[in-house]
Amino acid sequence: MPAHPGGDRHGVAGVDWPVNLIEWGLAGATGVAVLGALVALLTPERARSVVAGIAVAGVGGAGLAAGVAAIAGEEFTAHLPELLPLFGVTLTLDPLGGLFMAVAGAVCLVAAGYGVSYAGGGHGNRSRSTQATLPLFTLTLVLVPAAGSVSTLLVLWELMALTSLVLVFTDHRARPQVTSAGLWYAVMTHLGFVAILAGLVVFAAAAGGDTFETLRTAQLSPGLATVVFAAALIGFGSKAGLVPLHVWLPRAHPEAPSQVSAMLSAAMVNLGVYGVIRVGFDLLGAGQRGWWLVVLILGAASALYGILHAAMASDLKRLLAYSTVENMGLVFLAVGVAGWFHTLGEERLAALALAAGLLHVVNHAGFKTVLFLAAGSAVRATGSRDLDALGGLSRRMPVTTALFAVGALGAMALPPGNGFISEWLLLQSLVHPPAGAGVTTALVLPVAVAVVALTAGLAVATFVKALGVGFFARARSRAPEQAVESPPLLLATTGVAAAACVALAVAPAALGPALSRATGATLGVPTDVVSGALTVRLAGIASTISPLLILAALVAAVVVAALLVQVVARRPARRREAPLWDCGAGPPTPRMQYTATSFAEPLQRVFDDVLAPETAVDTHLASPYLLARMRYQRRLPDRIEHWLYRPVLAVTAAAGRAARALANGSVHRYLAYGFFGTIGLLVALVVIP
Amino acid sequence: MTAVIASFAQVTMVVLGAPLLVGVMRQVRARMEGRVGAGVWQPWRDLRKLFRRQPITPVGTTWAFRTAPLVLVGTTLVVAATIPLLTTTTALDRAADLFAVVGLLSVGTVVLALAALDTGTAFGGMGASREMTVLALVEPTILVAVFALSARVGSTNLGQLVDATLHNPLQVMSPASLLAAAALLVVTIAETGRLPVDNPSTHLELTMLHEAMVLEYSGADLGLIELAASMRLTLLLGLVASLFTPWGIATSLAGLPLALLAFAAKVTVLAMVLAAAEVLLAKLRLFRVPELLAGSLVLALLAATTSFFLA
Repeated sequence: MPAHPGGDRHGVAGVDWPVNLIEWGLAGATGVAVLGALVALLTPERARSVVAGIAVAGVGGAGLAAGVAAIAGEEFTAHLPELLPLFGVTLTLDPLGGLFMAVAGAVCLVAAGYGVSYAGGGHGNRSRSTQATLPLFTLTLVLVPAAGSVSTLLVLWELMALTSLVLVFTDHRARPQVTSAGLWYAVMTHLGFVAILAGLVVFAAAAGGDTFETLRTAQLSPGLATVVFAAALIGFGSKAGLVPLHVWLPRAHPEAPSQVSAMLSAAMVNLGVYGVIRVGFDLLGAGQRGWWLVVLILGAASALYGILHAAMASDLKRLLAYSTVENMGLVFLAVGVAGWFHTLGEERLAALALAAGLLHVVNHAGFKTVLFLAAGSAVRATGSRDLDALGGLSRRMPVTTALFAVGALGAMALPPGNGFISEWLLLQSLVHPPAGAGVTTALVLPVAVAVVALTAGLAVATFVKALGVGFFARARSRAPEQAVESPPLLLATTGVAAAACVALAVAPAALGPALSRATGATLGVPTDVVSGALTVRLAGIASTISPLLILAALVAAVVVAALLVQVVARRPARRREAPLWDCGAGPPTPRMQYTATSFAEPLQRVFDDVLAPETAVDTHLASPYLLARMRYQRRLPDRIEHWLYRPVLAVTAAAGRAARALANGSVHRYLAYGFFGTIGLLVALVVIP
Repeated sequence: MTAVIASFAQVTMVVLGAPLLVGVMRQVRARMEGRVGAGVWQPWRDLRKLFRRQPITPVGTTWAFRTAPLVLVGTTLVVAATIPLLTTTTALDRAADLFAVVGLLSVGTVVLALAALDTGTAFGGMGASREMTVLALVEPTILVAVFALSARVGSTNLGQLVDATLHNPLQVMSPASLLAAAALLVVTIAETGRLPVDNPSTHLELTMLHEAMVLEYSGADLGLIELAASMRLTLLLGLVASLFTPWGIATSLAGLPLALLAFAAKVTVLAMVLAAAEVLLAKLRLFRVPELLAGSLVLALLAATTSFFLA
């Protein structure tokens, strides 16, 4: 338990609580998670998901409370030497960690309730392994931002990877592609872990200590610092789906049960961002300008590449996973801009960009939870994730459709959605260049604006497709025609997440103090970045916006327009139902509709060079003049996977096959290997001083 | 209070004047093509006819189809109340900046695209798909042009942008401003669905963008969409006029009548130039449109980078 009596406990600074909420929250979370996992192992199948759901909700709620307390100014540090050999466990929480902990806790809290009903409905897996792992995975999500030393971070990080891996494998019996997705995830997450391990161990060795406090004071040579940062960026970036390390994400996230998809895509990816901010800004003290340019470029590339593939995807959950790559790319872009300005000495703009990134983390967590949960409801009702086979759900599942629409509005980054506010902040940090900026800044900022804008535009097209083709239109197959609305618990939990999105959209200034504290803790310059109540005001920039007023004006305008139409039309405009216009050729069938694939075709043509689709057209002629049959096939493989990973995989496999010759089954040969190996090692030890 | 009155005046002017502007454009076009033309009041006559007709709802459509025209008009009205057309201090000036205005106009396009998909016809899907493609490609140009304009002012709120130009008129002739103006004109044409991007008077499936989306609408619904389309044209032309030639814009209530005259003159001249250009232009192939928009993006990027050095 973190609340160990031997623990080193620092006093409360900002707020005077009778008890330390963080300490109690983290202790409670750990207790509930372990207890929940044990009970879930013992309970029969029917009650298992309820037990796991309660435990996940408990852990999530405790994490949310502890995170909010940390943002409010409470401090907490605990050192538990006997929990881990060598260095022990160090836990500490500052406002930055608190923000990420609160987001993870809130996402898990919502997903917990959803999971109870989702698993009970015959979908998802009620197996012991899945249900007992859920509370433990939640615990790691909540605890990672509280890690206060390298060893603690590494242990929690690896536990998070392992527990999430178990959850990704949940449906491996039902669908063969789950195994392949899980393998990709397992390999990528461990390569990332190795990178983090190498980087942080080198860092700790140079600093002469393991705790973050020691690391902060360490004086690293620029070269070594760059190595540490690069390793951290690779490791943490792969968790957040940073291009080109994203390949596992669009495979693994969709294959997990939907509430786990939400936890992965809305909570776990954030921790990659957290890691880069923690190591880059906090531990390494922002370092060199070049780092942040790399972060900015990688973020921009991820945003564009992610949303392009999302725009092309016809698998609903894969689309959402690629959209995660996009949004994390935008966050990394914001972080890169923040670092760039920070190293230029433009603290105000740096704080604004970082606040924009953090707000986007919160907003993305909100709308992505809604989208994955609503998509899960649709998948549960129809048994299909293929947009080309869906459609017509708005009549059968009106509430789910409305909830998905709220999430989609956020993801489109249009007013009055919640994604708009964070992209607005990001744009504000980009369009007010500092006086006397250098040539690089003059080139980077406009291009960054163009990237953000193109990403936003493509996101609009993507989510119009997801909502319009998947939920509106007419049913394209039998399953969506017979879909029934989800049970109340699924709707209620998705609704809570949607309500949070609406709240974030109309009152973003409420998060202003939290953002100011978190950026202040990170950059070391406390400013009131975002302030105001009704109108959002920024420090040092004259631009203002009031989402609530925009929404109110919009509602008023729609009402006035509706009333005016009634007045002008004189007689009440009674609507008449009539069949669709069919060009006089008989009623159009649902097969004549545009599908997700055809919807994306113009964009695919425009971005042909980047996407490089593989199309094959087979024509079978009945006679030289008459076509009997025609078959059109289009595949859109991930180009980065194709160009970067396939060769590596091929070389590895070839090396493995070649190495088989070394092991021919002869015991004598193996003994000889051992003998010469030992001799070689001894010689090496003698030769090398 | 004055801000509310000014906003109200702007909305009234745009609602009443927008169909007239379309009428003027059609008349210019007709005269240049050697026709007599239907007169500038014809769009208003069409609207009166449409609003008195019963709207027809196609079988199988949902609330997305029915509410789209109202939301489209709603977003347009909010934009009309926000951007500085007659005065620099509108009621919503502090509430919605240029990014929000661009976003609100996109919301209008999005609801229409969703309604088109909701009908479940090939035409609806085709129009929605093409319109979304154009929207995605237009966005970078607009926002980078905003960058070029706002960098020297330090704000993206439209009132302040126009005020800055009023106080420093020579800014309009700066290279950044001229390049941004050119870029914004191109995207205005794309956003309002005019030649050479889209042809508002075509109903051929190979070429339709906007018209394909609204094919199933009739009666008052269609009237709302037509009205909104003409209002969006007026608003975008008015925005270009206010950003680059803000002279005559009112700073108090007393200046409103003069501002109205100045605004009408500016927008009419712009519209007539646009209409005259349309007579001489052919529609671009759909897949050549991205090249045009990429060109406008290059202009905008140049505008933004020069705003650093030649401000």
